[in-house]
Amino acid sequence: MTRVALTLLVLVALAAPAALADSGPPRQGVVIDPGQHGAGLVGEGASLYAANCASCHGPHGVGVLKARRGAGDVPGQGPPLLGVGALSADFYLRTGYMPLENPSQQPSRSRVLFPEEEIRAMVAYVASLGEGPGIPRPQPQKGSVAAGNTLFLQNCAGCHQIVGAGGYVTGARVPPLEEATDRQIAEAVRIGPYLMPHFSEQRLTNTQLNSLIAYVDYAKHPDDAGGWSIGHLGPWPEGLVAWLIATSALVATCIVIGKRLKA
Amino acid sequence: MIRGVVRYVDERTGGAPFVRKALRYVFPDHWSFLLGEVALYLFMLLVATGTYLTFFFDDSVTPTTYYGTYAPLDGAQMSHAYQSVLHISFAVKAGLLIRQTHHWAADVFVATIVLHLMRVFFTGAFRKPRDLTYLLGVAMLGLALLEGFLGYSLVDDLLSGMGLAIGYSVALSIPLVGAPLATLLWGGPFPGSASFLPRLYIAHVLIIPILIGAILTLHLALVASRHHTQFKRTPRETERRVVGVPTFPGQVPRSLGLLCATWGVLFLLGGLVQVNPVWLWGPFHVGDATNGAQPDWYLGWLIGALRLVPSFDVVIGGYTVVPNPFWGGALFPLVVFSIVGLWPWLERKVTGDDAFHNLLDRPRDNPSRTGAGMALFVWVFLVFLAGSADRVYVWLGLSYSHQIWGYRVLVIVAPVLAFFITRRVCRELLAGERAALVRTTAEDASHV
Repeated sequence: MTRVALTLLVLVALAAPAALADSGPPRQGVVIDPGQHGAGLVGEGASLYAANCASCHGPHGVGVLKARRGAGDVPGQGPPLLGVGALSADFYLRTGYMPLENPSQQPSRSRVLFPEEEIRAMVAYVASLGEGPGIPRPQPQKGSVAAGNTLFLQNCAGCHQIVGAGGYVTGARVPPLEEATDRQIAEAVRIGPYLMPHFSEQRLTNTQLNSLIAYVDYAKHPDDAGGWSIGHLGPWPEGLVAWLIATSALVATCIVIGKRLKA
Repeated sequence: MIRGVVRYVDERTGGAPFVRKALRYVFPDHWSFLLGEVALYLFMLLVATGTYLTFFFDDSVTPTTYYGTYAPLDGAQMSHAYQSVLHISFAVKAGLLIRQTHHWAADVFVATIVLHLMRVFFTGAFRKPRDLTYLLGVAMLGLALLEGFLGYSLVDDLLSGMGLAIGYSVALSIPLVGAPLATLLWGGPFPGSASFLPRLYIAHVLIIPILIGAILTLHLALVASRHHTQFKRTPRETERRVVGVPTFPGQVPRSLGLLCATWGVLFLLGGLVQVNPVWLWGPFHVGDATNGAQPDWYLGWLIGALRLVPSFDVVIGGYTVVPNPFWGGALFPLVVFSIVGLWPWLERKVTGDDAFHNLLDRPRDNPSRTGAGMALFVWVFLVFLAGSADRVYVWLGLSYSHQIWGYRVLVIVAPVLAFFITRRVCRELLAGERAALVRTTAEDASHV
């Protein structure tokens, strides 16, 4: 996305030197009124937003409901961000879910493209667009792993797999939870990114959320009383071990013993 | 002293002639003949470890609240059955070791039976007079699959509950008899009545093991009475003469060695590699599920088949006569087992070969049979692979539906290709041998 923005910048610079001399370079098609947001964190966020987000989320986060040609000929389309709050922006930017290469893609965990201060600026800007939830501060140490285990089994395991190894559901790849931080889990539960349902505080209280996060953290390194865990994926890797390790070893034994019979 | 004991036993059993015969039984020497033996030792290991587990397993589905040593399930609602397996895993002396060894042994048991079956198939060892021995072997494979499924279904954890739900749907889907059959077995609609789990249990620990044991005895008795087959490697091996080592002193130490190796590998695996960590899966309640649930490997081909069959039901006059799970879950294994089990008769019908065969073919010696066997193997193996398409998607990002469509094409095309390629390779190998033989004969002649 940044590369796209840079290309565009170059194009603009080549095509309209006169305009450049006039008012400085518009970062990407969307012109920001510097007086509107001020020069602080929100102002910086606004220009970052204009350069990286506006082609899909529209000017001032109003959204682009019908796909239209945007930067780099990618048809931009995206939901409005009015009222999503700091919570959503924080989640999507820190997981690398956004910016998205193509709006029809499923967002997935990828390299975070922005330095810390730029993320803070964009989060502040998105939060300023409308009243919305702030960044959650979960406290899993106050939750109970056992309660979380039951909650996870009832609400999450059907898609995320019982120890959060991820999987497939119709139309989406369910992400594994190995790399999810406590804050990201809390945010995802409230947002419901992509196909995931969102859980309001009525459906899942903050206390329950703490327990749930405690369980997900436990499930990253669960009790492997039986030895080598082979990925907690169940029968799938077990079959590989049965054939590639055990059966191979036994066939090798047969060959050795069979050889000795000839001697 | 030993002489005294032997005389005492012989006077009371009259067993000396039999023992003498048994000790002189001749074992032809090829390593592939040992695969069936490994399966036998695994069966013994399964009975031994399984017996230990019965001392602690509770087959009741009565709900209870868990307050055991595994903290993440503290206070969870579960059946007594699942609780007793947690108890075996965390509290019983050597419980987890024995449980894991039992589970691994089941996985490897089926694997060695499959290898043994392939050896027998591709060398033509199933031909007269051993077709009956072969059919009994195939029957044991079928029973082993069922026994394994019942075994991991007993635990009443999340995976077994989901597996039984699929089993129930497949049972229901059998035309005409499905619904009464499922109701009879489960004692009501899924998850069934309180007597369902005890039924599974008695089938798993008594009925099927006794069936396997009885068929095994018959299988071995037939092997011994018709004698082993052998490869023709020297002029000494003929249809009428067996060449090999006697039971004693030749075969016994080797067999004992193999027994120890088999048990050793399995106990190592049971102690070092985690299998079916049921405490992580959690208890089963109807409606709960986990993504990526899979059966143990030996039933993976049935999950694959259920996924590959396109979604359609046979509906006549408003009645669903054949629901979809029937094709993949019931008809497919029936077809595969029929082809495999009846192969000796099919082959005899086609070739008209009704002779006695004590000498084995090498796979290349019968290109058409080897080709057909490969085709069947490729067919079942591809269906088996299709069962893991979801994991492959998570791993490699290959679209799930593209994979399924790819497999749908492959399961039709690949077996045909496999047949012709294998047959061609076999024929080329034979032709190469003949050419080499002609050359050496010619060279010998020119030297003279």
